[in-house]
Amino acid sequence: MAAVAARYDQFKALGVEVLSVSTDSRFVHKIWQEEELSKMVEGGVPFPMLSDGGGRIGTVYGVYEEAAGVDIRGRFIIDPDFIIRAMEVLTPEVGRNPDELIRQIKAFQHARATGEVMPSGWQPGDKTLKPGPALVGKVWKEWKP
Amino acid sequence: MAKEVDGCVKPAGGPLVAAPTPAEKTAAKEEVRMTIARTGKEAPDFEATAYVAGQGFKNIKLSDYRGQWVVLCFYPGDFTFV
Repeated sequence: MAAVAARYDQFKALGVEVLSVSTDSRFVHKIWQEEELSKMVEGGVPFPMLSDGGGRIGTVYGVYEEAAGVDIRGRFIIDPDFIIRAMEVLTPEVGRNPDELIRQIKAFQHARATGEVMPSGWQPGDKTLKPGPALVGKVWKEWKP
Repeated sequence: MAKEVDGCVKPAGGPLVAAPTPAEKTAAKEEVRMTIARTGKEAPDFEATAYVAGQGFKNIKLSDYRGQWVVLCFYPGDFTFV
């Protein structure tokens, strides 16, 4: 969460709100913020920290681990029409890559704005593809893996 | 900084999925536990209690953010880092 908080200005610039969710109570969130996060990231975690006591929300999102009673690492990109555009779920021993999250948000925002599609590994400024009959069998002319 | 408040006097609703009809209830016991989040589909709405720095405690619905991009991040627990 701290890694996402450290890049919060980038999320804000993209018009993205971040909501973090764990099975901890709101009281624990407050103390974690005050005692640790605020010392790790200037100003602490600036986004709402949600409590999923009982894992009912995590269950609906497929991230609740019943044996441990926690929500495992899962992140979902939701667009302004409330459609889930991407999801990534990891078991607890490996953390996420916030830069990849930001890349995906930029790609989905670009797709929404232009109707273009982003080939594998696309970075902002890279070539995009315009889907349609003319492109079928001709991707090799436009893009190489 | 503004005074923080506890706006969570009322318990949060959790997942805001339509309640099953009595006829569906037996079968729904299993179904309620099913994952309904899918890419390309509408995000399942929910209400949760939350802590917001500088504001305090309040209940938040995912649908409060309809109309803007949202990143929803689940993680195993406070005071853990990976």
